[in-house]
Amino acid sequence: MISAGTVVKLDDVTFRWPGQSHDTIAIDTLALHAGEHLFVRGASGSGKTTLLNVLAGIHVPTSGRIRLLGTDIAALSASRRDQFRADHIGVVFQQFNLLPYLSILENVTVSFAFSRSKRRRGASTADANATAGRLLRSLNLPDDLHSSPVAELSVGQQQRVAVARALIGGPEILIADEPTSALDADNRDRFLDLLFDEVDAHGCTLIFVSHDPALATRFTRVIELTETDSGPPTGRPSPT
Amino acid sequence: MSLLRIALKSAQFRRTSLLLTVLSIAISVGLLLGVDVVRKEAKSGFLNTISETDLIVGARSGPTNLLLYSVFHIGDATNNVSWESFQVISSREEVAWAVPISLGDSHRGYRVMGTTPDYFDFYRYGNKNPLAFQSGEPFAEVYDTVLGADVARDLGYKLGDEIIISHGLVSVGFTDHDDKPFTVVGILEKTGTPVDRTVQVTLAGIEAIHVDWQGGTRSGLTVNAEQALRFDLTPKTITAFMLGLENRALTFRVQRDINGYPAEPMSAIIPGATLAEFWRTISTVEQVLFVLSGLVLVAGLLGMLTTILSTLNERRREIAVLRAIGARPVNIVMLIMLETLMVVVSGCLLGLVMLYALLAAARPFVTSRFGIDISPSLPDTTQGLIIFGVIAGATMVSLIPGFIAYRRSIQDGLAVRI
Repeated sequence: MISAGTVVKLDDVTFRWPGQSHDTIAIDTLALHAGEHLFVRGASGSGKTTLLNVLAGIHVPTSGRIRLLGTDIAALSASRRDQFRADHIGVVFQQFNLLPYLSILENVTVSFAFSRSKRRRGASTADANATAGRLLRSLNLPDDLHSSPVAELSVGQQQRVAVARALIGGPEILIADEPTSALDADNRDRFLDLLFDEVDAHGCTLIFVSHDPALATRFTRVIELTETDSGPPTGRPSPT
Repeated sequence: MSLLRIALKSAQFRRTSLLLTVLSIAISVGLLLGVDVVRKEAKSGFLNTISETDLIVGARSGPTNLLLYSVFHIGDATNNVSWESFQVISSREEVAWAVPISLGDSHRGYRVMGTTPDYFDFYRYGNKNPLAFQSGEPFAEVYDTVLGADVARDLGYKLGDEIIISHGLVSVGFTDHDDKPFTVVGILEKTGTPVDRTVQVTLAGIEAIHVDWQGGTRSGLTVNAEQALRFDLTPKTITAFMLGLENRALTFRVQRDINGYPAEPMSAIIPGATLAEFWRTISTVEQVLFVLSGLVLVAGLLGMLTTILSTLNERRREIAVLRAIGARPVNIVMLIMLETLMVVVSGCLLGLVMLYALLAAARPFVTSRFGIDISPSLPDTTQGLIIFGVIAGATMVSLIPGFIAYRRSIQDGLAVRI
């Protein structure tokens, strides 16, 4: 059973690449409530990326069940999973994850391209632009920057545009993949503050993946993915 | 924001390399279409070297040989046709008009053709075009001559000039008919046919310059131009003659009758059919040209494939971002194919524009120099098929980068390791 407010629920999820002898990820159970902040720590090669792709519905787990917002996404067709991601999941990557050929505003509104429900929520193009503009302003990106090319922004500003793109249309789940790896300590803290403020303001559930253990203290939930080299690789929820 | 808009913006961002690709496609498409245009114009120009003439009659020989010497003035007749036979056949009731021609002399490398003023009334070329005069008029007197456009231009003749005709086809001093000069009374417009390189004189003039000749050399007695006019200048033989019939349906019957004419062995050919047959033997050249420009096009498409493949690596992040916001792998393939289509369609359009601009610019020159009128017309079926084939081929080609992008977008998912 899924209790009310459970946004993410994983049961006995394993993923194994074809032709490999061991699972890249194996998670017994994991449940996230709405608004929770989960930190997934793991060094490179520990299956972080695979886990992200599984959570985002790009890959289907080899076994087990993943329920997002009550939907068994492994049971959906590939295109329905893509649609589900477009509608309900926002993603923030490492640096350089903006489309260089779009303006800052367009980089945010491009999220509407593949999502019917986000478009509904964003309504018309004019509304979409207004919503995106509001969001960008709230992320401390003033109007005069909105039509400039991405290349004119600092790395920190680019990350904020990326957050705006992930959050526009009000996705229930936000997945962040090493978004701070290119930032120095000051910027990193400021970015985390901003990220938490925004996801809380949108009532969004955050899944944050990083190799940096120093960040873990700021999250309510932490899981650790173990190295693939040492024995069978597993991801186990830590007791924190 | 639609997929098309994303594709447009993305392509715009990488415009330098894409524009070069567009240019190379444009050049190869323009070349292919250009070869097609020239080929068609050359063919129709050739096939219409002579039109509205139903039969050409000469001494018995192969059709190609008869065509070559009578129309193209290449080579020599094997034998002549007697004036009597010409009279008999031209007075048949099926015959609407008959124009005799007499070849064998030359003027500074250009063939001299003796004929009657009817020639200017009945000879047609191209799309039933009559011969038109730049200046002057058809000949009336025995020693009048009408020059083809090239002859007048190359030798710098104008109305009223006198020219000397040489006996035979090579101009060697003592064989000139220098005692009987001809006066230029007319200069024809450019036709793009062998007429341009021909000196037309009266049939009687041909007789007159030969009255004091025997077997290719001057005979002992000399007859000056005035005296020659008092001789009977009706020719005994002519080289060939052209016939126009009252009714085209009678062509085969008249042809059969001439070929079986008992008094003299003669051949009658249908010029259009013989021209078409002759064209087939020399059309290998056009096919080679066509194949070559086809290969240029293949090279252009391969260049495009290379360009698009090389951009795939730098586009991996872009593809991952699009996947993250919900793009399906199929959308990624469409994105690549849209870009290819944009490149190819603009390449084809640019190629067309370049070709027609070039044709329009070259038209006056080509018309005056070669007599071929390359009227800029809308692309016909062949050209439509070529363009359609190019676009279809490019779409097929774009499946290759499309498929690679598809596989990568599934493998990479949201994380790109570069």
